[in-house]
Amino acid sequence: MNDKKHLSVSAIQNGTVIDHIPAQNLFKVISILGLDKIPNLITFGTNLESKQLGRKAIVKIADKYFEREEINRIAIVAPHAKLNIIKEYVVVEKMLVEVPDEIKGIVKCVNPKCITNFENVTPKFKVADKKSVALKCHYCEKITDQEHMEYR
Amino acid sequence: MQMKNRSLVSINDLSKEEIFKVLDLAEEFEKNPSQKIMDGKVVATLFFEPSTRTRLSFESAVNRLGGRVIGFSEASSTSVSKGESLKDTILTVANYSDLIVMRHPVEGSARFASEVSPVPIINAGDGANQHPTQTMLDLYSIRKTQGTLNNQKIVMVGDLKYGRTVHSLLMAMSQFNASFVFIAPKELQMPQEYKMFLKDAGLKFEEHTDLAENIKDADIVYMTRVQKERFSDPMDYEKVKNAYILRNHMLEGTKENMRVLHPLPRVNEINIDVDDSNKAYYFTQALNGVYARMAIMASILGLK
Repeated sequence: MNDKKHLSVSAIQNGTVIDHIPAQNLFKVISILGLDKIPNLITFGTNLESKQLGRKAIVKIADKYFEREEINRIAIVAPHAKLNIIKEYVVVEKMLVEVPDEIKGIVKCVNPKCITNFENVTPKFKVADKKSVALKCHYCEKITDQEHMEYR
Repeated sequence: MQMKNRSLVSINDLSKEEIFKVLDLAEEFEKNPSQKIMDGKVVATLFFEPSTRTRLSFESAVNRLGGRVIGFSEASSTSVSKGESLKDTILTVANYSDLIVMRHPVEGSARFASEVSPVPIINAGDGANQHPTQTMLDLYSIRKTQGTLNNQKIVMVGDLKYGRTVHSLLMAMSQFNASFVFIAPKELQMPQEYKMFLKDAGLKFEEHTDLAENIKDADIVYMTRVQKERFSDPMDYEKVKNAYILRNHMLEGTKENMRVLHPLPRVNEINIDVDDSNKAYYFTQALNGVYARMAIMASILGLK
């Protein structure tokens, strides 16, 4: 076991650990999953060293388990995130985030002339490129890329 | 026909077979334009943004087929100016009509309208996004003048960056093994996404900035207007404004079957001395809009 890592964010007895979040997107993950609105005990560490990501973040949420659909919502900001499901301090299951084919809500369309930025219409996108996570608006058909992504 | 009761928002909503069915039907209407098959039908034309050709050709098509038209030609005289949402306008107007033809400045408004409306929507232009009936009449004009849609060499000229007609036409013609030549000032070149699309589809295209040199082996020369307001620096506009004007002498040495198309309105990008050439097709193209729109409406209303 990696003691250093263990010290930086303490272990939880039951719940979910989300690892390999790009450090700059930690708070987006928190917001997308609504972690800022739940009463559970949550600990996180950020700017941890990562060979893969440079700087990564990790979140541990006590007594909370996610549905597959729910967790895929973070794919746009943390496509390489790994989840460990913890029961009695033991990892009982591992999950990888999958980039879904469609994304509803979450992201704003980058096109200021799009109907979703004028009327009460929930933005909907087809994922045009799963690797770079480029989104094609269901309404105005314009592409919103990672660089221009804004969250609702 | 499968188009029955379906909205038409984008040309990409139609399969190749459906496009052919509409073109065949348009041909039938051209031969016999006064059929009273829309008797008892009410079509609402909601033009939140002004338009001459599109609105009048839709209304002409409905009238010739014996239907009735209600609607408005600018939003300022409607409850939209009181702050009514598009959704509410559509749900209200759907009570009064069998079909809604809509032009709206906001992109994606037609898709949204088609999702909330109980009657079919025909998109007559949603901002810079889609204008499928224009594409249909362009396809009709190409097939009529060339005898086929296959293997055409299409030269697109002018504003290729913002022009929705050229984008939709490119997407539609890519299904028929077309090759393309893009002639535009560097500020208004074809967007990268469309060039990527052609590359992925294995279709040929070239890019040039000179008009006269590059139309010799074209089957179709599709002209568009270069608008001054597209340039951030007016000097840049002054430099290029005369470079994209088609003149009659340039047509010398072009192919016999070549035809000049333009979605209109024209300002000066086709010199009037071209009008008398048998290669000028843009006014007939506008007439074809009536037949294409008849065919689309008849298909959606399930009348043919």
